[in-house]
Amino acid sequence: MSILPAVLVIALVTAALRLLPVMLLGKGGKPLPPAAAFLSRAMPPAIIGLLVVYALRGTDLSAPPHGLPEAAGVCAAALLQYWKKNTLLSVFAATACYMALIRLL
Amino acid sequence: MFLRALKAAFPRTLPVLAGYLFLGLGFGVLLSRAGYGAGWALLMSAGIFAGAMQYVAVDLFLAGAGVLECAMMTLAVNARHLFYGLSMAGWYADSGKMKPYLAFSLTDETFALLSLTEAPESVPERWYYLCVSALNHLYWIAGSLLGALLGLLPFDLLGIEFSMPALFVVMLVEQWRRKRARLPVLIGLACALGCLFLLGPERFTVPAMLLVTGVLFLFRPRLDKTEGRSRA
Repeated sequence: MSILPAVLVIALVTAALRLLPVMLLGKGGKPLPPAAAFLSRAMPPAIIGLLVVYALRGTDLSAPPHGLPEAAGVCAAALLQYWKKNTLLSVFAATACYMALIRLL
Repeated sequence: MFLRALKAAFPRTLPVLAGYLFLGLGFGVLLSRAGYGAGWALLMSAGIFAGAMQYVAVDLFLAGAGVLECAMMTLAVNARHLFYGLSMAGWYADSGKMKPYLAFSLTDETFALLSLTEAPESVPERWYYLCVSALNHLYWIAGSLLGALLGLLPFDLLGIEFSMPALFVVMLVEQWRRKRARLPVLIGLACALGCLFLLGPERFTVPAMLLVTGVLFLFRPRLDKTEGRSRA
């Protein structure tokens, strides 16, 4: 069975979700409604908080190693970024730390 | 104009370059081990451009899922993009003909990057947005093609997908440096954790987004007071 129909449907639904709000709001140079303008400001930092949780949602705390590699990776990324302000370094080091720990623990 | 925007955008997209090469590679490897080669990787990464969903799609293909099931799953996994669109509608309002592409290519990482960085004064914002979006798109395509080609070799890349949470943690630290972003960051974390524990990992994102929106409005008087500028 070809996966072409499935690929097309996934592409269409994804594009619709992304295009609808952007194309419908603020059309023709009209200013955004105040509520939407407020969300444009307050939503981005809130969603980054949410994305951290989203990206770690598969962590299993009940089985060994009880999320320890994830916790160590998150701490490594946060501390390195706080001190060194070098995003590449933080991402590489945290990923390496995680990859090592899931093999060792 | 374009070159200046590209020069401003490129160094800022480097962290996403690393993340997308890793994540794209992982996707390409999965897809090729499921029996679909580089052509499919190219088509999916260019035409869908949604990392988490593309990983899920491989499972759907393997399970022989129907078109309707694919549509429902895509709605569930990607509904969060509605909220990015809501947040970015104001930023993209003046982008003219670029608008459809900017909206189409608004991934988690592009969204996060654009909300953290600003175009230099000499570069029109829409050109900066376009360059960031298109560069990230290219990184994603390149990573998946690389993965599709390497997929036949027995590399142990388990755990490489941690580059995604690591990237988000880094972005959170950068938001945290800005005092006025701290309350929204905490609201996002708290709502997401609450919904995750109540609803489980598969179903929590959309309720969490709704809850975040509601709680932000609850705190609106306080947030408006601390907002000096037009950008959060």
